[in-house]
Amino acid sequence: MSALKIITNGIVKENPTFVLLLGMCPTLGTTSSALNGMSMGLATMAVLICSNFIISLIRDLVPNAVRIPSFVVVIASLVTVLQMLIKAYAPDLDKSLGLFIPLIVVNCIILGRAEAFAAKNSPLDSIYDGLGIGIGFTLALTLLGAIRELLGTGKVFDLTLFPESYGALVFVLAPGAFIALGYLIAIVNKLKK
Amino acid sequence: MATVLTLISVISAGALAYVNKQTAPAIQEVKNKQLSDGIKAVLGADEVVVQKTDTLHDEVKGDAIVYYTDKGTALQTTDAKGFGGKLTVLVGLGEGGKILGYEVMETSETPGLGAKADKWFQKDGKGNIIGKTGGTLKVTKDGGEVDAITASTITSRAFLRAVNDAANRLSGTMPAEESSINNTKN
Amino acid sequence: MAYILIFITAIFVNNVVLSQFLGICPFLGVSKKVETAAGMGAAVAFVLTLSTLVTYLIQTQVLIPFHLEYLQTIAFILVIAALVQMVEIILKKVSPALYQALGVFLPLITTNCCILGVAILVAEGTYDHTGIESAGLLTGVWYALCTALGFGLALIIFAGIREQLSLMDIPKGMQGMSIALVTAGLLAMAFMGFSGVNNGLARLFELQ
Repeated sequence: MSALKIITNGIVKENPTFVLLLGMCPTLGTTSSALNGMSMGLATMAVLICSNFIISLIRDLVPNAVRIPSFVVVIASLVTVLQMLIKAYAPDLDKSLGLFIPLIVVNCIILGRAEAFAAKNSPLDSIYDGLGIGIGFTLALTLLGAIRELLGTGKVFDLTLFPESYGALVFVLAPGAFIALGYLIAIVNKLKK
Repeated sequence: MATVLTLISVISAGALAYVNKQTAPAIQEVKNKQLSDGIKAVLGADEVVVQKTDTLHDEVKGDAIVYYTDKGTALQTTDAKGFGGKLTVLVGLGEGGKILGYEVMETSETPGLGAKADKWFQKDGKGNIIGKTGGTLKVTKDGGEVDAITASTITSRAFLRAVNDAANRLSGTMPAEESSINNTKN
Repeated sequence: MAYILIFITAIFVNNVVLSQFLGICPFLGVSKKVETAAGMGAAVAFVLTLSTLVTYLIQTQVLIPFHLEYLQTIAFILVIAALVQMVEIILKKVSPALYQALGVFLPLITTNCCILGVAILVAEGTYDHTGIESAGLLTGVWYALCTALGFGLALIIFAGIREQLSLMDIPKGMQGMSIALVTAGLLAMAFMGFSGVNNGLARLFELQ
C-alpha cells in the first residue's frame, strides 16, 4: 500500500469518529470549542504516531500472551511523557483539557490501531497509519467543536459570526454534545450513500 | 514472557524518570510565572516585590494564601460551590479592601457560560467590580449591585463569595485601629 | 450526611456518563438490551470500587512517599487491567451465561475511561463536586461506588429506551448510532434538571 493510500484511508474510509465510532469520550468531552477539539485531536495524534511506531518495532519481540499489557505500558508511558511536556510548555492546554490528557491512555483508537495495524505492519507504514487516523480524528473533533461553539455562542475559534445572545447554550453543555454528534453522523451516513 | 513485560516496564519507567527530570524545572517555572503574572495583573503593576507570604487557615472555607507586596495585597481564595465545582480566584486588594483587580486561577465552570468569569467582572466587563469595596458584594438578584453573568448566577455567586472572602480575611488580619482609620476615610 | 450528599451528587447531579463524558464507549456499545446493561453496570461497579481502593492506596503509600507521581498513569492502568482479568476469571466460573452475554465488552472495561478517570480524580482529591472537604479513603471509595451506580442507572435507562426504540420506524439516515446519540442527548437534558440540587442539599444538611 502506498503512503498516501494509508493516510487517506485513516481520514475518510476508516475515520475513527464517524465510521469506526471509537474514542467517544474525548470526542464529546473536549469539543466545547473548536480550539479545544483541535488541541485534543493533535495530542491524540502525537501519541498515536509514536505508539504505532514503537509497537511496530517491538511487535516481533513481544510474546502473544503479554501483547496487550505490553502495548498498554508503552501507550501509558507515551501519554505520561506528553502530559509532562504539556504541563511544562503549554500550561493553557493543560488547563482546558485537564483530566482528558491522562485519559488518552484508554482511548480505544490508540489500542485499536496498535492491535489492528501496528502489530501487523512495518514501522514506516504504521507511522503513516497513525498520521492518517490522527488527522481524521483531529478533523472530526475540530468540526464538532466548531459546530458546538457556533451554535452555542455564535463564535468559531473566537471569531464572532453572530451575536452571542442568539446562540443556543445547550450546545456548549453536555446534551448538545450528544445531539450535535448524532446529527453529524446522520449527515455522514447520508453522504456515504 | 514475563521477562519481556518486565523489560518493557523497566525501560518505560526509566524513560519517564528521565523526562520527568528534564521537565520538572520547566513545570515549576511555569507555575511560578503564572503566579507572579497573576499577582502583577491583579495589583495593576508592572513590577511587584512580594514581601511576605502567609497562609490563613479556616475550617469551613479552607486555606487562603496571602501575598503581601509593596503595591498592595493579593489573596488567593477558593469557593467550593461553583456550578462545576471549585472556583479559585486571586484578588488584589488596596487600602480599605478596595478591589484593584482579580484573576481566575482555577475553574471547572461550563465553557461559554460560567467560564466567562475571567472577563465579565473586569473593568470593561458588564459586571465590573474593580474599584468597589469587597466584603459584601452581591449579585442584583440577591439585592446587590453586581450584574451576574447571563445564565450563570451560581458561578457569579461563587465568584463574589470568593472575592468577599478575600476582602474579609484581609480586614480580619489588619489591626483594629488601621481599619477604623479606613472607615473614617470612607 | 456528607455520604448522602455524595450519593445524590455522583448519581444524579454530576452523572459520570451524561455530564462528565466518561465511559461513553460501553454506554453506547452495551445498551441494546436491559439485561446486558445491568450486567455491565454490575461488572463496572465492582471493578471501579475495587480499583479506586487499590489505586488510592498506591498513590498515598507508594507514589507520593517515593516521589514517583509521574508513574501514576502506568501504575493505575496496570492495576485496572489486572482487576479486570480477575473479574473475567471469576465470572467465567460463577456465571457462564453472563460471561457469554458480556462477551467482548468485558476486557473493554480496562479501556473504560470512567475507571481510570475516577481513580485519578480520587487519588488527587479533585473529585469533590459537593463542596465538602473530603480527600479521605472512605469518602473516595464511596464516591467511586456512587459513580458506578450512576453509570449503571444511566446505562439501564438508556437500554430501556433503546429497546423501545428498536420497535420504531426510524428514518434511514438516523438509524443506529445517530438516533442513539440524540436520545442520549435528551437523557442528558433530563439529568440537567438535577443541577443545583447538591447545593440546596448542602444547605439543608448545614454542611456549608
